[in-house]
Amino acid sequence: MESPAVEIIDLVKRYGRTTAIDGLSLSATRGAVTAILGPNGAGKTSTVEICEGFRRADGGIVKVLGLDPSRPELRARVGVMLQAGGVPPAMRCGEWLRLMSRFHAHPLDPAALLERLGLTGHVRTPYRRLSGGQQQRVSLASAVIGRPELVFLDEPTAGLDPQARHACWELVDDLRACGVSVVLTTHHMDEAEKLSDRVVIIDHGKVVAEGTPSSLTGAERQLRFRARPGLILDELLTALPSGSAAKESPSGHYIIEGQVGPELLATVTAWCAAEGVTADDLSIERRTLEDVFLELTGRELR
Amino acid sequence: MTTLDLTPAPGAAPLPRMVLAQTGAEIRAMLRNGEQLLLTMIIPVLLLVGFSAAPLVDVGGGPRVNFIAPGVLALAVMSTAFTGQAIATGFERRYGVLKRLGATPLSRTGLMLAKTLAVVAVEIIQVAVISGVALALGWRPAGSPLAALPLILLGTAAFSGLGLLMAGTLRAEATLAGANLVYLVLLGCGGVIFPMSKFPDSVQPVLELLPISALTGGLRSVLTEGSGLPVSAAAILAGWAVVSLFITSRTFRWE
Repeated sequence: MESPAVEIIDLVKRYGRTTAIDGLSLSATRGAVTAILGPNGAGKTSTVEICEGFRRADGGIVKVLGLDPSRPELRARVGVMLQAGGVPPAMRCGEWLRLMSRFHAHPLDPAALLERLGLTGHVRTPYRRLSGGQQQRVSLASAVIGRPELVFLDEPTAGLDPQARHACWELVDDLRACGVSVVLTTHHMDEAEKLSDRVVIIDHGKVVAEGTPSSLTGAERQLRFRARPGLILDELLTALPSGSAAKESPSGHYIIEGQVGPELLATVTAWCAAEGVTADDLSIERRTLEDVFLELTGRELR
Repeated sequence: MTTLDLTPAPGAAPLPRMVLAQTGAEIRAMLRNGEQLLLTMIIPVLLLVGFSAAPLVDVGGGPRVNFIAPGVLALAVMSTAFTGQAIATGFERRYGVLKRLGATPLSRTGLMLAKTLAVVAVEIIQVAVISGVALALGWRPAGSPLAALPLILLGTAAFSGLGLLMAGTLRAEATLAGANLVYLVLLGCGGVIFPMSKFPDSVQPVLELLPISALTGGLRSVLTEGSGLPVSAAAILAGWAVVSLFITSRTFRWE
């Protein structure tokens, strides 16, 4: 059987006395997009950099395309997008991509790739004069130019404007369509939900949940609406079928959970009418990945 | 929108192609950088012209240019192999370029080979320009260029080792300051322009062990005095090269 794109078993990484990764195990399927999701400092970059061969693990097993990450033959088979930097600031972006293309046997055409990422007008612009979003796109281009089997993208859309974000998402979709395995880190829920076949949520260096985006958010639906803050929900709760829950979170945003169907909707709107409340933005939705994420990793800032 | 065929087709390019591509990029970076050009071309040529034309330093008998030209050639080697390379590599490390290149099929050996080839290529340009100016100023080199060549190569190895040692261990700013300082100190007391005989007898034996003194002294004995390859100068340079490259290989940090 073909080995997974990435297989990690009981990975441990320490920096001095802090344990950044603490027995993490995950597997990324070939030809799929796997998102590693987690708050800042959860161990996302450390995990990816160990897979890329930049750092050594202190314990556990890591296999990339079935091989130890330090194996030199992986350099041609794996594309890497660093979180920041990596390009000489004075080098023109066209020049950099041409250089990158010369390291590979069957590279993409640098000009076509630049056009695809909307950078054609910047071929002769030194890297340091590009905007943050443009620099990110150059890094993304460098990761795919060698036509790799597996691509690691470390926060590919951090700091991108909406257009650039969509350009990046489209490229990831195309990579999957062409059979390339993608492992990306992000703390944008919508990104993980939209792009990935599989989400691995990590916190404090451990996996806290994993699955497809829909299995993580569950089938359960919620009714949500906005109204003036401070409504007393007791009467509504007695009118709702048993097992339902109603809460205001955050202030002015109401969430009703339970058997969300026509009956529940009618009960809620009737109650609103009795209270003289106009429910704005009334909607029935599934839990978002963000809800799951916050439940698992907590709401407190860190 | 262009459709790109992203279907995997991985493979490393042949090593010579990768090394040549990287060499080209390194040469362009060196020639494009104003500070580097000042150090590698402008200062050596100005020193050559200035000290050859004006009797600022007593250089003993014969036309001044015959004394100055070999010293300036040595300075040029030091400026490219040591100062320029140390600063450029230090900042490449800081900007994550060395790390990024580590994720490409170009191996570290390939990268070092490319850096060496780029240094040698820039040195060829320097030697051509400096020799041209010196000849125009009336320089009449004695001795064989073939005897000077091994000295330049050994000097390049020694200065590269020292430059990479700094770049691979210090912060980029410290490398920048340190490499310029060392350049100035070695320019002053390595016999580039001021003859070693002007220094007190007590410090001369120590100064003569410096790589720059070995290179200037060696080039002078070949190009000014017409001797064959000076063994002691070559040995001093080889010693510096072996020691500095060995320590560099043990201490160099890529990020």
